Parts: sequence; structure tokens; C-alpha cells
Amino acid sequence: MVSTSITTSIDAATLKQDFPILSRPAADGRPPLAFLDTAASSQKPKAVIDALTRFYEEDNANIHRGVYDLSERATAAYEATRKHVAEFLNARKAKEIVFTRGTTEAINLVARSWGGANLREGDLIVFTEMEHHSNIVPWHIIGEEKGARYGHVRITKDGQLDMASFDELMTQGPKIVAVTHVSNTLGTINPIKELIAKAHDAGAVVLIDAAQSAPHVQIDVQDLDCDFLALSAHKMLGPMGVGVLYGKQELLEAMPPYQGGGSMIRKVTLEGTTWADIPTRFEAGTPAVGDVAAFDAALTYLENVGLDNIYQHEHALATVAMERLAALPGVTVYGPAPGIPRAGVVSFTVDGIHPHDVAAVLDEHNVAVRAGHHCTQPLLKALGVVATTRASFYLYNTDEDVDRLVDAVQAAQRVFA
Amino acid sequence: MTDSTIYREVILEHSKHPNNYGTLDPNDYSFEDTNPLCGDEVRIDVRSDGDKISEIAFSGQGCAISQASASILMELVEGKSLDDIRAMGKDELLDELGITLSPARLKCALLSFSVLKTALFGREYALEALED
Repeated sequence: MVSTSITTSIDAATLKQDFPILSRPAADGRPPLAFLDTAASSQKPKAVIDALTRFYEEDNANIHRGVYDLSERATAAYEATRKHVAEFLNARKAKEIVFTRGTTEAINLVARSWGGANLREGDLIVFTEMEHHSNIVPWHIIGEEKGARYGHVRITKDGQLDMASFDELMTQGPKIVAVTHVSNTLGTINPIKELIAKAHDAGAVVLIDAAQSAPHVQIDVQDLDCDFLALSAHKMLGPMGVGVLYGKQELLEAMPPYQGGGSMIRKVTLEGTTWADIPTRFEAGTPAVGDVAAFDAALTYLENVGLDNIYQHEHALATVAMERLAALPGVTVYGPAPGIPRAGVVSFTVDGIHPHDVAAVLDEHNVAVRAGHHCTQPLLKALGVVATTRASFYLYNTDEDVDRLVDAVQAAQRVFA
Repeated sequence: MTDSTIYREVILEHSKHPNNYGTLDPNDYSFEDTNPLCGDEVRIDVRSDGDKISEIAFSGQGCAISQASASILMELVEGKSLDDIRAMGKDELLDELGITLSPARLKCALLSFSVLKTALFGREYALEALED
């Protein structure tokens, strides 16, 4: 049996102890959990779970309403996270940060509000073949309503964006370009700074889906010059139910509300409403205040470990996993070849075994991976596969997790031999 | 530990060498559906002789559970009357499979059952049968 041994600046075995769910013995006699599905949702460190508990034990009240001390503390916690997110992304101002339920809602917000106000019949909406459905379907919904056209950036055989196809679409005067920073299925890291500059030259507004990049690589929205950027807290150690939309101030200020309700108004009469300023204009109703407050602790945890260290660590794990899986007879690994930058995601198929059956045998060995189309049906169609099995790595994954993955894939091959 | 408890020999055997695999054209009843979880696809074609199923075939692709259960279903229903199949509950198929499945994998196992019920009796009836 081969053992993986990599050296990075992260001591994952020690970090793993910060995550209660990864430290629990398996109840059913299986080995401890090897969690390789962070691309779907990350596990949470004790610091985040404690922050959530602390909010409900010490600071719980609705925000932006009460004048009593408790409500002010809740409001302060909520707004402190907004400021922290702005620093984390290097946004110019905290008011460029809108809290949503997740990346999906952030993209829907832009499609509905910006798209509703700006898209006209015949306008071109550009997205790529490797988008998650959440960066396709909202555009289909508003596009159908407006009679817009779609342009699709193709991918190459090894799962990178086909730049010739992108450049060609830019000559057609796109109105908006929606592109993912990192592919959730393949781990491909797209050259978004270059894409954003080219799209701007073509006169388009650019939305970046950062759900798979914000947890793993340093993002600087000013340096990138993106117009919108969306992320999810739960993929980066934070609670579920919280997401972020970053938008340039001038764009957000020109946009109508997404939903109507409490908080987002300036003045309501029976005849009409005037809108609140950004960002509250886009935060109708009571938000997930406790979850937002706990997200602050997640950002701090990530900063303490260091995003550069995180990327190096998971890239190293993914590279070894990719090489060892590809060396097994009958195993095909998708996406960029070793040596090309990729996030900690490895999608693969095993000859003669459906990806779901591979994942089921892995589960019997307590190795948790995702199998299926990963909400990227157009991408899999372009690759010519129905589904893949996907392992994704994070700061708490160790060499041993890679060994467990490879051993369990071999076990699946024995079962189906 | 053993390599697998779900993938019993009978499941593997059926998924590798399924019964009644193919299509019937023309047919009296036909329906096709997918299970988005695994991307499983199952189509079932039926020829009837009065109130009896005279010929039945399935086609499609997907995980071993979905394909094995379709193959086992073929054995269970061939030659039976429509009334028998109308009365057949999902447990009859699951008992034949003989494994404990998570709720997610149950959808794989019951895809063929749902397709057959829909082909013969309509969607609403199939949904009811899945609930029972």
C-alpha cells in the first residue's frame, strides 16, 4: 500500500482537531470520517459554532430597529461582519457588501434587479459551459422574460475556457458576462482578471461566481475590477444560509430593489415607497443575523491560517490524488493536467462503475465524496460524461485522507471486478 | 472490513447481465424518466394481451442499483395481469433487492417501479404508489 506524504505550511492534522465533526469516532465501526466534499459545503470549526451559540446566548435581537442595548449589540455584530467581508475582499466600502442567503440568491439578485432594469430584447448574455446551474438558470429566467440572446464560452478538452471562443463572443457586444472563478466540478481556475478587462473593453458588466474561489484563494475585487462578485459563507467555514453579493457602489445605487419588505424602505405611504440606500435596499426582512455574526469568526479563522497557505496545501493534496488516481487502471481524471493551477477538486470516473456506485462504496469506507453532475450538466455534456465522482480538499484534509480515497477506489474496483 | 455490503452478488449480477434489456416497438405502453441524483435513465416498454403483460423490456443507463432493480422488476411483473401490477407495492421490489438503502439511493432503486406504474396507470398513480 502506497502512503502519501506531502509537506506544506499547514499542519492539517492539528487543524482537523478544531473541527468537532472531523474528530468524532464513527459510531458504526467504520474508520473516522475522511471528508472530501468541501466543494459542496465545508465543515465548521469550533470557533464558528461557538460564535453562533454566543450570539443566541448573549446578543440575540432583531437589528436596525430596537433602541435598546441588546438590539444595538446585534446590529453591531451584523455590521461588523459586513466590514470584515469588505476587508476580506478589499472592497472600497462596506456598503458594497450585500448579505444574501448564498451565492445563488446573490446571482438571482443581480439577474433580477440589474438585469430587469438593463436588459432589452436581443441583448447578449454571456456565460460559460463550466458554470454551475446557479450561474445559468437565473440568466435563463430573466433572458426569457426580456427576449435576450445567450452566448456560451466553450471549454477545451482539459476543462479550461476556450479563449478564442471567449474573444469571439466579446466582438458581439455582450451586455453582461457571468463567469465562475473556479469550476466546482473540475477545479479549473479561470484567468478572470484578463476576462474582466476584455469584457469591459467590449462594454459588458461582469459578474464573478466566487463560491468555489473565495474559500481557497485571495480575492481583491479592486484589483480584479469585477462589477459583481458572489460567494457563500457555508463553503468557507461559515454557517449555511449566508451569502455575499459584492457590487460596485455606482452599480448598486442605480439598481431597483430585489425584494420588498421591512428594512429596505426609506418611506412607505399607501400610495408608494421610496427605497433605502444600499446595501439595506437589497436586504428586505430579517436577515440571518446570528449566522452573519458567526461568519465573522470563519473569516478570522481563514485569515489566521492564511489563504495562500490554504491554496498551496489543497493544491498539493489534489495533485497527489490526481496522479495516484490516474495511475490506477481504468480511472480517468478530468480537468487541467498536473502543473496547471487548480483548486483542490478532483473529478474522476472508473471504467465499468457508475460514479454513484463508486461513491457508495467509498461511503462504506467512510470516505465522503460527491457523485453526479454537480449541478453542471452542460459542462459534463461538453466533456462527454454523464456523471463523475468528485473529491474536494480543504485545509483540514491530510495525506491520510488521500490514501483512504485511493484505497477505497481500489476497493470499489474489486467489488465490481 | 469487506469491500461492500450494498453491492451483493445478486445486484452486481443483474446490473451486468440485466433481464429483458432492450426496447419494444411498437408497444402498448411506454414511459421514460430520469433520476437527477445519479443521472439514471430508465425506459420501459410494455406489450399487453388483454389484461395481461405479454412482453416487457427496459432500457437506459445509470448506477448499478437502478439498473439491477429494473432487471429484477422485469422478472417480477412479466406475465402478470395489470390488476396484479396495480396492487403491487414498492416493498415487493425492495425485498427482492434485499439491501438497506439510504433515502437518496431509494430513488435509484425505485426509478423503474415509478416508470412502470406511470407507463401503465399515469403519473399521479405512480406518485401515490411511491408514497405508500
